[in-house]
Amino acid sequence: MKTINENKLAISKRRSQNIAFFLLGFLGYFIVAILLVILSFIVIKGFSVISWDFITKMPEEGMTKGGIYPAIIGTLYLVAGSMLFAFPIGVLAAIYMNEYVKDGFVKKFIKQMTNNLSGIPSIVFGLFGMSLFVNKLGFGDSILAGSLTLGLLVLPIVIRTTEEALKAVEDTFRQASLGLGASKWQTTRRVVLPIAFPNIITGLILSVGRVSGETAPILFTVAAYFLPKLPTSIFDQAMALPYHLYVISTSGTNIEESRPIAYGTALVLVLIVLITNLLANALRKFFGKKVKMN
Amino acid sequence: MKTSYKKISEKLIESLLFVSSMVTSLTVILIVIFLFKEGLSVFNETPVEAGNVIAVNKKNPLSSLSSEQIKNIFDQKITHWNEVAGSKDSILLFRLEDISNYYTDEQIGENFEHLPECISKVVDSIPGILAFFPEKYLSKNFHGKKIEFNKIALKEFFLGKEWFPTAQPAAQLGVLPLILGTLWVSFGAILLALPLGLAAAIYMSEIAKPKVRNVMKPLIELLAGIPSVVYGFFGLVVIVPLIQKLFDLPVGETGLAGSIVLGIMALPTIITISEDAMRNTPRAMKEASLALGASKWQTIYKIVIPYSISGITAGAILGIGRAIGETMAVLMVTGNAAVIPHSILEPMRTIPATIAAELGEAPDGGLHFKALFALGCILFIITLCINLIVEYVSGRKTHKAH
Repeated sequence: MKTINENKLAISKRRSQNIAFFLLGFLGYFIVAILLVILSFIVIKGFSVISWDFITKMPEEGMTKGGIYPAIIGTLYLVAGSMLFAFPIGVLAAIYMNEYVKDGFVKKFIKQMTNNLSGIPSIVFGLFGMSLFVNKLGFGDSILAGSLTLGLLVLPIVIRTTEEALKAVEDTFRQASLGLGASKWQTTRRVVLPIAFPNIITGLILSVGRVSGETAPILFTVAAYFLPKLPTSIFDQAMALPYHLYVISTSGTNIEESRPIAYGTALVLVLIVLITNLLANALRKFFGKKVKMN
Repeated sequence: MKTSYKKISEKLIESLLFVSSMVTSLTVILIVIFLFKEGLSVFNETPVEAGNVIAVNKKNPLSSLSSEQIKNIFDQKITHWNEVAGSKDSILLFRLEDISNYYTDEQIGENFEHLPECISKVVDSIPGILAFFPEKYLSKNFHGKKIEFNKIALKEFFLGKEWFPTAQPAAQLGVLPLILGTLWVSFGAILLALPLGLAAAIYMSEIAKPKVRNVMKPLIELLAGIPSVVYGFFGLVVIVPLIQKLFDLPVGETGLAGSIVLGIMALPTIITISEDAMRNTPRAMKEASLALGASKWQTIYKIVIPYSISGITAGAILGIGRAIGETMAVLMVTGNAAVIPHSILEPMRTIPATIAAELGEAPDGGLHFKALFALGCILFIITLCINLIVEYVSGRKTHKAH
């Protein structure tokens, strides 16, 4: 009697596990399917639009024809500008947090504030960038104002990825260097940073992907609706890829006619993210192997 | 000599590092200052644009009006003065262009030089009048009574049911529809994303083979990297038409479209954080459960999930936070109607979308501009609270573990 009951129990246990696992697996693959649908939709629709002319020509005829060259250049400027600002500061801040400051109030405070900064919605950065850089400091709608706003937005990300990279460096390296009489900065520069370097660069690449797609912070700090010439200084307005996609898919006068351009622009944006992600993964793998071999 | 030089440079470097590390804190403080200085000044403003006057007859006992009252009077929902604590007369509206009903062009004068006089006489002669005109036409010996406007009140701002910041003569700055729109869209998103995300997290951390996981994990990270405009664009060209067809709606731009797009966008956050939490379950606990004869599934829902519940909660709350702050995707797919929503199948408008859509048109330093900064303040406070809750929740776990 007892054994039959136990068998029954075992069978029902088995069955509920099978059902649960099937469902969980199904939902897991469902998410992957959603991602693939979005990606393939953009790739298929955009692929026929993208050509050499598309990425090297000016927009024409109310942005229904021609290319997106100025938007690509604008985004490049913004990425470069924001990284020039955020990367050095972020890396230095992370070094301070991980190598220098001792546990205590200061560390806790900085950590908390960095956390808070990373939680602030991007549109609030837009408001802030506009009132500080555009109005107060008088930069106007410019690449400079946009770059600084975007730089502040990615700063917490740069700090976090760099901190992780530094944390991954084993303490024995530091102790050995300090034990040989090297100073703290010498240890950091000659020992810790070279080991952490690949991971820091990986973080940098991922931040580039993030910055190139941000729209809300540049709405009121740089973005020009239509500007058929290239910016000549950092005080010029510029077009940018994400803003371009937003404008031509929602508020243009010829929304239907400019659809192909929108698909193309979306694909370029996705490609940037894909490439930065692949690059970051490849780097991670490459250097991961190298370290293991040693 | 050499050592002191070395010491000084070490100190210099350390202070440089310290300054760099203070940038984030400084930014947060500056954001608070700029945001709240501009945003809070909205409560020092009157709802009527500066340079305009609202006046009544001298005998009218009324002395002040709120923006809602002004709007209702101009919409002719209020037609008698006694409804707003005034005289018994019925209200007669007078706008600048109505002057031609009382005086001829000649009497007003070629360059409107007699216009202030004329307005003053009209206001003086009609007991039930409510006149709205530019301040420059206010006569020096005006016979009527200027109405004081109440400043925009906190309660009016948060509980006002209408967001119409450019309305004449009195702007309507009720944030309630925007707050409700934000909440509807965000909670819709979490309702969709949480079960899906949790299932995927369990699958990835406990069930899937390492090979499968190594493919899924980077894919989901990729999902997090796609810019929000691209999601918005996808929503606009795929999800919006689909919803319109499926539910047979006049427009597909609805709260539901926003929820779906935001749900997809919140997935990576939920999955990554809760998967991390589950993978942190001590191996010994899982093995003990299995050794006692529990099945893998029983171990998951009796051991792994309870152990990682704080991480899962943190992931869910953080997902909500992302959804509340998300701007572009929502702006593109929710239809942006600033009315109090009654169903998820109606167009809605969220706080970030409102800022993004309207700031470009709001004149610097004007009432509308300040009101949008006030919205920014609300958003800032909400996301700050969410951050603190997340920290509290995930902090609790470490206490328990010790």
